[in-house]
Amino acid sequence: MTATLSGRAIRSAQRPDWRDGKRYLWLIGAVVPSFLFAGWGLVNLTGFALFWWIGPIFVYVLIPLLDLAIGADPTNPPDDVVAWLEQDRYYRWVTYAFLPLQYVALVTGCWLIATHGGLGIVDKLGIAFTLGTLNGVAINTAHELGHKKEHAERWLAKIALAPTGYGHFFIEHNRGHHVRVATPDDPASSRLGESFWAFLPRTVAGSLRNGWSLESKRLRRMGKHVVSPRNDILNAWAMTVVLWAALLVAFGIGVLPYLLIQAVFGFCLLEAVNYLEHYGLLRQRLENGRWERVTPSHSWNNNNVTTNLFLYHLQRHSDHHANPTRRYQALRHFEQSPQLPSGYATMIVLSYVPPLWRRVMDPRVLAHYDGDVTRASVHPPKRDKVLSRYAQPVRHHRAA
Amino acid sequence: MTVHRCEVCGYEYDEQRGDPREGFPPGTSWAGVPDDWACPDCGVREKIDFVEVER
Repeated sequence: MTATLSGRAIRSAQRPDWRDGKRYLWLIGAVVPSFLFAGWGLVNLTGFALFWWIGPIFVYVLIPLLDLAIGADPTNPPDDVVAWLEQDRYYRWVTYAFLPLQYVALVTGCWLIATHGGLGIVDKLGIAFTLGTLNGVAINTAHELGHKKEHAERWLAKIALAPTGYGHFFIEHNRGHHVRVATPDDPASSRLGESFWAFLPRTVAGSLRNGWSLESKRLRRMGKHVVSPRNDILNAWAMTVVLWAALLVAFGIGVLPYLLIQAVFGFCLLEAVNYLEHYGLLRQRLENGRWERVTPSHSWNNNNVTTNLFLYHLQRHSDHHANPTRRYQALRHFEQSPQLPSGYATMIVLSYVPPLWRRVMDPRVLAHYDGDVTRASVHPPKRDKVLSRYAQPVRHHRAA
Repeated sequence: MTVHRCEVCGYEYDEQRGDPREGFPPGTSWAGVPDDWACPDCGVREKIDFVEVER
């Protein structure tokens, strides 16, 4: 068991012959916050104000095209180098590097909105959406950090979440979502027949409620009042309050609407990713009333290299749920896990258009359950409709 | 005093040390930990899935 080996024991073991092809490519993830500067440069260079929108353009257009052009890489590190790969501190420094860049971009964005002459409201909105993109991607960085056992990394996770005010995420995600994933009790697992637009308010409100109840339970056990500095949701939100207050003092109340827009857009990006990670997948109820254990069959995966680099292997989602504390560089592709037809970025775009989403994904959910819709997680308000539509086994759209 | 371990991530609950952050002061017996309490590090295993470690 790797967890029993000390870091020193692993380090002193012989360095394996195997080389990580993605080692230096992971630095790309830390570049995301510099989109704002790239956009600014392009606006100056070309005169096209459209480049203020570089964040959404990147996620919705450029990454899907790059996924198409570059394609997938299903290779795994050999089992015997996983422990060695995990202890290599280079990889965690790559994730830490994201944070200072994220904050520099946020301050610069607010400064541009407040003081840069000649910006129209559409340009300012473009900057807000670009900030929302990078702070939304930062929720993924926070996700990687928040799963780790090191106290310092959990603290960094809160810092990455502060701009979007999503500090409750790392409580609810780690202690709620991971426990209840692919069951009807999980607000962050979407259901067959549930559109992204129906899922969005359910997951936002449900995750907030569950996160709060988990944290209050912990504090009650400790004999502390729920409103206490020890409350990890409240102290994470306090960071948001301090950060936003500082930005408002520095740049004026005029930046407030843009701060709100970037925060909402940022966490909506995250929730779109939540939507596609477990769509329709269901753990079966055992005779003793418990849910079967989480297996690789309960998450949607993808191996497209570009999205995987930008999201720290988040798309190797089955291994993430099997081993949530495992570091991103060591996550593996499982042959038997359900695969999405494209990378997460492309699927986000698809999720915004429910008829298109259903057309692509519903047959895959059915194929995954051998045509038996009753084994899928079905959205209760749409249950009759979904059951009558898919009662017959689907023969043609079998997932590749 | 017993030690119970989460087989997924290696987290260990030691009755002697408890887990004060989780609201279990040192000396809290394993029986005193609620059944629906999930591993605080990975969230994959619940208390009843933990295995006792021989010391």
